[in-house]
Amino acid sequence: MSKLRYERPVIMKLETGMPNKFGTRTEYQPMTHIDGVAVNSLIKEYGSPLFVISEQTIRNTIKKARRAFENRYPKVQFAWSYKTNYLNAVCSIFHQEGSWAEVVSGFEYDKAISLGVDGRKIIFNGPDKSEEDLTKAINNDSLIHIDHLDELYSITELTEKLNKRPRVAIRVNMDTGVYPMWDRFGFNYENGQAWDALNKIMQSGKMELVGLHSHIGTFMLSPFAYGIAAAKLAELALAVEAKFNHEIKYIDMGGGFASKNTLKGAFLPGSDTNPSFDDFAEAISSALINSNFKKDKLPLLILETGRALVDEAGYLLGSVISNKRSSTGRRNTILDIGVNILFTAFWYDHKITPAQSFTQYTEDTCLYGPLCMNIDVVRESTNLPLLNKGEHVVIHNVGAYNMTQWMQFITLRPNVVLIDPDEKPHLIRSKESLENMNGMEKVPSHLAKFNK
Amino acid sequence: MKLRKNVAVSEAGLLFNPVTGESYSINPIGVEILNLIRDEKNPAQISRVILDKYSTDQATFEKDYHDFISILEHHNLLESHEETKA
Repeated sequence: MSKLRYERPVIMKLETGMPNKFGTRTEYQPMTHIDGVAVNSLIKEYGSPLFVISEQTIRNTIKKARRAFENRYPKVQFAWSYKTNYLNAVCSIFHQEGSWAEVVSGFEYDKAISLGVDGRKIIFNGPDKSEEDLTKAINNDSLIHIDHLDELYSITELTEKLNKRPRVAIRVNMDTGVYPMWDRFGFNYENGQAWDALNKIMQSGKMELVGLHSHIGTFMLSPFAYGIAAAKLAELALAVEAKFNHEIKYIDMGGGFASKNTLKGAFLPGSDTNPSFDDFAEAISSALINSNFKKDKLPLLILETGRALVDEAGYLLGSVISNKRSSTGRRNTILDIGVNILFTAFWYDHKITPAQSFTQYTEDTCLYGPLCMNIDVVRESTNLPLLNKGEHVVIHNVGAYNMTQWMQFITLRPNVVLIDPDEKPHLIRSKESLENMNGMEKVPSHLAKFNK
Repeated sequence: MKLRKNVAVSEAGLLFNPVTGESYSINPIGVEILNLIRDEKNPAQISRVILDKYSTDQATFEKDYHDFISILEHHNLLESHEETKA
């Protein structure tokens, strides 16, 4: 006779008092499959922990975003933000869906080129562009977004050296009514820096001013701030046209749209409260259409959305290492997922679902990672069913930034698997090995010997 | 080790301590263990019953059993040694 499934014995005091209007229900459904593939089989084949990316979710999300903007504005172009997730397979999905590349370093620029992206469809942002980077970008006719005057002067010198007329835009920072105001990148709108930079570019005649760019913040919860930014960029573009009779070809609103994750300290889940693509599209499109651009002279609208396009497509699978109690009697569960691979655990209360069936009994649990570091906390408090050692969990909405900001620290970085629309898993990044790590190191000969 | 005499445990998993007026929710395996304690089974006997019935190993159950007992003690639901002697 087969034995019954084991659940550890648990006793919980029933508390009475005021009901919590912000309380959310426990995850009553286990997540046993991702896009038709069993979580258990994925872990068995590729190990634990394991990042899993849903290709279908990425394609659905970019289509939803495009539809939101294209329904409201005639000329829209998305550019995939490489820093959000620059795994080659992920970038390729976005390029197949028509996105250009938006890069912020020479490394990211070379990655886009190596993937076969047309240099003219690469937007080069960021404060650190070396002479070598700029030379490549100028020779490939990429769109260079100038961050500061030193970069502007470097480009001016290179135009003479290379005898080319690069296509440039400036990054504009501004007050959009949100706190904190991002003013470390680009040229300020309100104090006239941006207008000054535009005049320098136009007077020099050595560059082709094609666009204006802004990136007002990250995980923005107010679409109206984008409306203000779009209106200010439109004013600048129209001022350039009025003074120099020069048409600005595009307005780039950058990124920063919030995903459906829940920020720490938020009362309600992000999936219920964060703005949708339609909300952002309405604010931006209305501002541009209501500005003084002539109907047939509306600039191309570029969006460098990253997080909101890929977060939902990423899952992190892991296993329970141990259950223990704190000094106060609180349930502590240790997972094999640490903050070294789940960087976003510092910002979000990630949704976590068991990967196997469970009963209605739950415990308020603190989830720790495997690192021998006090900061390694995945969730400070979450109401979870009774997980046994070796059982699996699925962490949701981890597609953005975790696979670029992860650290090789104490443990090695795990495999990444992509599930294609036909429900077939593909290994798209192999887990690290000791050989990988040691391969980059050199021990001086005088340190090679010691008493063993 | 004994459960306090006046503590009531229902088969549905509701435990009531009339001394403090506090109520608790217990999962089915917890109820089973409390009933075995009431029947004055020792830890080895309890372990045997559970291991025969559920798919777990001795080390896991022993750890969970001691954790469960420590929480019962924490909530003052077990008779202390002095009380047992008396």
